[in-house]
Amino acid sequence: MSEKVLMKGNEAIAEAAILAGCRHYFGYPITPQTEIAAYMAKRMPKIGGTFLQAESEIAAINMVYGVSAAGKRVMTSSSSPGISLKGEGISYLAGADLPALVVNVQRGGPGLGGIQPSQSDYFQATRGGGHGDYHMIVLAPASVQEMAEFTVRGFELADQYRMTAMILADGTMGQMMEPVSLDLHVAPMPEKPWATTGTRMQRPHNIVNSLYLVPEVLERSNFERYERYRTVEENETMYESYRMEDAEICIAAFGIAARVSKNAINAARAEGIRVGMIRPQTLWPFPSAPFRAAADRVRCMISVELSMGQMIEDVRLAAECRVPVYLCNRVGGMIPEPEQILAAIREAAKTGGNKQ
Amino acid sequence: MSTTQFLFSGFGGQGILFAGKFMVYKGMMEGRQVSWLPSYGPEMRGGTASCSVIVGDEPVGSPIVTHPDVLVAMNLPSFDRYEPAVVPGGMVFLDSTLIGRAPARSDVTVYAVPATQMASDNGIPTLANMIIVGKILRVLGQDGKADVEAALKKVISAKHADMLDANLRALQLGANA
Repeated sequence: MSEKVLMKGNEAIAEAAILAGCRHYFGYPITPQTEIAAYMAKRMPKIGGTFLQAESEIAAINMVYGVSAAGKRVMTSSSSPGISLKGEGISYLAGADLPALVVNVQRGGPGLGGIQPSQSDYFQATRGGGHGDYHMIVLAPASVQEMAEFTVRGFELADQYRMTAMILADGTMGQMMEPVSLDLHVAPMPEKPWATTGTRMQRPHNIVNSLYLVPEVLERSNFERYERYRTVEENETMYESYRMEDAEICIAAFGIAARVSKNAINAARAEGIRVGMIRPQTLWPFPSAPFRAAADRVRCMISVELSMGQMIEDVRLAAECRVPVYLCNRVGGMIPEPEQILAAIREAAKTGGNKQ
Repeated sequence: MSTTQFLFSGFGGQGILFAGKFMVYKGMMEGRQVSWLPSYGPEMRGGTASCSVIVGDEPVGSPIVTHPDVLVAMNLPSFDRYEPAVVPGGMVFLDSTLIGRAPARSDVTVYAVPATQMASDNGIPTLANMIIVGKILRVLGQDGKADVEAALKKVISAKHADMLDANLRALQLGANA
């Protein structure tokens, strides 16, 4: 099964979810992620799974809550405005410590915005989005292969840490086709002794709930959850380092922005400018350590984003003011061309940053 | 061989995305690095369609083609829009049945094929796209039959398997045009 097939990113997510053992999908159509739902609608009935087009995004995320409470792998997918609608349900999943996979194939915003690619839901994804203290594990694929691999990883991490994992993609990653190997390794699903599967009169009731009216108890549940988050931060950070060995300028970019940045980096290298890139593959937990280490070696950093500058805050926090961090961006569904990023690199090489 | 960036453009319904998919399958089956990215914006509903196709030997960075080495223009709005973007020294394949004007660029090589007329004359009215592709393969020296047929079999859905011969004929017509 190692033969590569051509698939859209959206289709790769759907197929990988099925390979990971997901048999329950709930969604509501929205461009540019509709191929996920279409794929599930076709495949799930043939393999004994459930595909359900809910009456709304809010209904879909609450169906996810129900299936997750019963101990099964479950997912939903949407695009930016639809993810906002799911925000309440995602907060409830966090409060009840339920695992789930949520896919956001981002489009331009705010509001209904447009249907073209965007990365402007970074804050929403990495800071929570719903109410209360919580995090999601946020995975940022930059190829169709990673769309498939991170989907499997997302289910595994969600189960292991009893958290929501989010695939934060964008319209380009969802719509593009690339060769992908679906020879994916899936770890066995862990036991879920907390699941509400019926007591058979042999054990006490399991209760899945996010309501804690006694503040001391609610505080303890928050403290315990953040202990778990600390383990995630220690063990699950992922990033790619690209041509950073001798770099004087460090690009920070994820997803489609990182793909375009690679063209610009190679063009700049051909001009003799020593530039590299750190590409976060997890946005939460954010790979602060490699940025912190790079801050001692490079003159400056450039955050390339399809937003008004959201990830740049995490890059600056990681760099601890040791080097200036500049923004290179397009928004509203526009994507920076390699020439724009190359111009930013040239400018930084000429004037930017701490002279060495 | 280096990387070739293709931009296929035309009306929705002319098989623009299909033509691009064929090139990508062919590249993949030859063991090359490929990507395919369709336009999916509101303009699709208004009639124009395009897709970016990259075939090369290095891993593909940006999948977005803004300056094509090879432009396929199957209608006038697409030709007007993308002709200025072609890299100097690049190639333009246009459907001269639907594009009445002469090229404005003199630094690109233009191959004008009356593909829509030829498709209609030969009883394969839906395959003007593959007549153009046939011309591209001949010009690029990539019309080896085995690869072409294998890639066609991948890209033609099971429902339309009976269209294989017509597609092969369209490619042949284009090659000889």
